[in-house]
Amino acid sequence: MSIEVKGVRKRYGDFVAVDGVSLVVPDGELVALLGPSGSGKTSLLRIIAGLEAPDEGQVLLEGEDATTRDPRHRRVGFVFQHYALFRHMSVFENVAFGLRVRPRASRPSEEEIRARVMELLKLVQLDWLAGRRPAELSGGQRQRVALARALAVQPRVLLLDEPFGSLDAQVRQELRRWLRRLHDEIRLTSVFVTHDQEEALEVADRVVVMNRGRVEQIGPPQEVFDHPATAFVMGFLGHVNIFHGRVEAGRPARAYVRPHELDVSRAAGGDGGMWATVRHVSAAGPVVKLELEGEGASVLRVDLSPERHAALLPRVGERLYVQPRRLRVFADEG
Amino acid sequence: MLGAALVAVALAYLGLFLVIPLVAVLAQAFQNGVAAYLAAVREPMALAALRLTLVTAALAVPLNLVFGVAAAWAVAKFEFRGKTALVTLIDLPFAVSPVIAGLVFILLFGRQGTLGPWLAAHGFQVVFAVPGLVLATVFVTLPFVARELIPVMQAMGTEEEEAARLLGAGGWTTLFRVTLPGAKWGLLFGVILSNARAMGEFGAVSVVSGHIRGQTNTLPLHVEILYNEYEFQSAFAVASLLTVLALVTLVARALVEWRSEERGIAPGPRP
Repeated sequence: MSIEVKGVRKRYGDFVAVDGVSLVVPDGELVALLGPSGSGKTSLLRIIAGLEAPDEGQVLLEGEDATTRDPRHRRVGFVFQHYALFRHMSVFENVAFGLRVRPRASRPSEEEIRARVMELLKLVQLDWLAGRRPAELSGGQRQRVALARALAVQPRVLLLDEPFGSLDAQVRQELRRWLRRLHDEIRLTSVFVTHDQEEALEVADRVVVMNRGRVEQIGPPQEVFDHPATAFVMGFLGHVNIFHGRVEAGRPARAYVRPHELDVSRAAGGDGGMWATVRHVSAAGPVVKLELEGEGASVLRVDLSPERHAALLPRVGERLYVQPRRLRVFADEG
Repeated sequence: MLGAALVAVALAYLGLFLVIPLVAVLAQAFQNGVAAYLAAVREPMALAALRLTLVTAALAVPLNLVFGVAAAWAVAKFEFRGKTALVTLIDLPFAVSPVIAGLVFILLFGRQGTLGPWLAAHGFQVVFAVPGLVLATVFVTLPFVARELIPVMQAMGTEEEEAARLLGAGGWTTLFRVTLPGAKWGLLFGVILSNARAMGEFGAVSVVSGHIRGQTNTLPLHVEILYNEYEFQSAFAVASLLTVLALVTLVARALVEWRSEERGIAPGPRP
């Protein structure tokens, strides 16, 4: 089912959490809301779920205005960052909850509930833990129970708030690949909130970059990464080197270059480059990271392939010519 | 060395102020033998007092249970103006002397009171009757359930309720299946303390009771009357009933604490 958000605004006191956001999530897509903390992404997710009411604007589910519909009747599956499992219930009862609270007329029989819950627990690979309490599970297991619980009511949309936020790095990586595979299997329209750009770029079909309550850019991961619409998106999606003081159409502007888009050599090259002193070389890992000091004590970060590094072998203290292969210019904000 | 000394001090203190009085009560109660003890306990006035104490507690505790749950729910889960004032008000009975509490009800419902004449005209007697006892008891035991529940419910946060709502549960279903079971140890704890105080209350109840034997005397009041009439053995025999009640409360409380720790769920922050 598609989700459409139209001109949504939400303020808490003086703080504007969501500032006129519009976006469309097409049916069956997995979309990431990406942004730093305080960018309004969680508020937006809660507004879509109906846990918060927007001050202005509309939320449409399957083309129908759902702005004032009670969250009970939105058929939205929601996974909380801290799982929010019912602590006094077993894993089985947690997953069964949504089926048990249905009005008597549409409530499945006990056997149907049992079959459905066990099927979901198998889907999240936790059927062997059905009798445990949430407190006895690891973080990753709890998160999967939370997911099974959300799926039990056959939601039309799945919303996940920082689903991997409180897990350690390795579990995080495993779980997000698993979520991607699960999504490919069940094709449920899903939106997840994250502040981790790597996670958003790896998992999502489409990334919505948010900043200060506004949408900066919406697009497929590669497009957002390769063609950032604003300086903020450029800076948020990876390391950047900033060249100040250039003038574009008479206005002050800055040029942004990613570390892997800089070339270094011992001889002065063409236009637009500068001399800089090598301050640090870090050769561990798939790329060699160089830190150089340029004009006016500005720091430059350069990523070299191991081959290039082996050919050049830069030494600390040496002066090198740094030249951008590609740069993006954004006018100064404000 | 210091540890042992501190333990010794604590044990001596407990022995002096808790164990010796307890033993004294039982020794006095049985000083004329078991037959005399049973006679004192089975005496009609004692039985009437016991019945009245149970009835009072049976009315006051559920009333405060409902109020406590409602107040704790409001304070723990919602933001509203006057929240601090509400929390302070809930604590008021702890701050006010029970005698004052009793006097307030006399002033309100007594014959010269604000509402007394109107109630009397309609055939209700509050003061010097069972309704007055219940009112006074409700007043002094009001904070217990709410006080125990508020921190537990606050620690639970609101996400479980939000999750329940998104899964299609209505307000009552959420309250009975998610909120209260999640806070059940706090709830039980509050009820136990509330019940202990309701049965043991003396000051407030004494003021509104009127001490009519067989009618408005609760167990603590009955003990005092017997004592003032130099019926020491009977007084202590009846007092031993209250003591047993206190011991039952203690055991129940210990059980609740032990169970809640055992399960690793409330009270306390989530893991």
